[in-house]
Amino acid sequence: MEFNNSIPIYLQIIDSIKKDIVVGKLKTGQKMPSVRELAAILKVNPNTIQRAYQELDREKITFTKRGMGTYVTEEKKTINSLMQEISKKIILDFVEGMNKLGFSNKELINTLKEYL
Amino acid sequence: MEQILKATQLSKYFYQKKALNKVDINIEKGNIYGILGPNGGGKSTFLKIAAGLLKPSQGEITIDNEKPGVYTKSIVSYLPENNYLYRWMKIKDALNFFKDLYNDFDFEKARESIKFMELEEGEKVTSLSKGMMGRLKLTLALSRKAKLYLLDEPLNGIDPISREKIITSILDSYSEKASILICSHLIYYIEKLLDYVFFLSEGRIILSGNAEELRNKRGMSIDKLFQEVF
Repeated sequence: MEFNNSIPIYLQIIDSIKKDIVVGKLKTGQKMPSVRELAAILKVNPNTIQRAYQELDREKITFTKRGMGTYVTEEKKTINSLMQEISKKIILDFVEGMNKLGFSNKELINTLKEYL
Repeated sequence: MEQILKATQLSKYFYQKKALNKVDINIEKGNIYGILGPNGGGKSTFLKIAAGLLKPSQGEITIDNEKPGVYTKSIVSYLPENNYLYRWMKIKDALNFFKDLYNDFDFEKARESIKFMELEEGEKVTSLSKGMMGRLKLTLALSRKAKLYLLDEPLNGIDPISREKIITSILDSYSEKASILICSHLIYYIEKLLDYVFFLSEGRIILSGNAEELRNKRGMSIDKLFQEVF
């Protein structure tokens, strides 16, 4: 995984895990790698991974069983809303980018159609 | 959080030159710290004082609540920048040398690490390339079960493959019970390892903080921030 070092790394790890869950690379109920394992894979500070895991737990995207590890949620609802959150972000980024280029909303819809 | 190192208003003069000028540095257990700065900024001087090799001119430093001395040397593992191994030594001799010198040296871990680093125990230390030497020195320093690791420029002059191995092995030795302090001017390669950074220039700390918070607040990498500050 390539990081953009100008954005907090734990946020990038959270985003990447969320994407992996939505596309099914990480399955519901699946055990996540341990903090140390992921730190070794990504070559980042274990405390950074810990922070990302805590945040994912707080958002109920994962849950931690004491002494057992961290698992992906089994709640379909959570995963659906995660999907919406991510797609919303992609669309907003697209719209903002096109607006910045000077496309009106109507123009950008027409341009988009050409590619569909 | 428990503190392992505390430096208060620490100064070091070499005749008229102030190598360190009223430096405050606190290091807590279970974190990785970076002292970053240009050459001649005082990084190595700070590490040498912490390692008990230099005496401060003014101010105080304690490690695990004691002044640098016999006790602190037993819990601090210091990786110096220069070569300190005897010319006649083979890698095997260097391992035995460390085993004799330090009670906390984990001989088996060191042998495993030598293999991971793709070194041969029968090789003479004088025949090693700079990258191999860097890998060997790091192995020796990290194979001690220390409470505090002081690493002086572990990546300086190191090729990309050795660099990866060194970073992996630093992460491998990280534990919640120990702290690691890395001095470097090669920030790009180590910034993902660091919890906290201190920018040291002309003997003074000019900026310090949690690495993630600095990224968040300034909207740039630690490397970029460093270039901006200096």
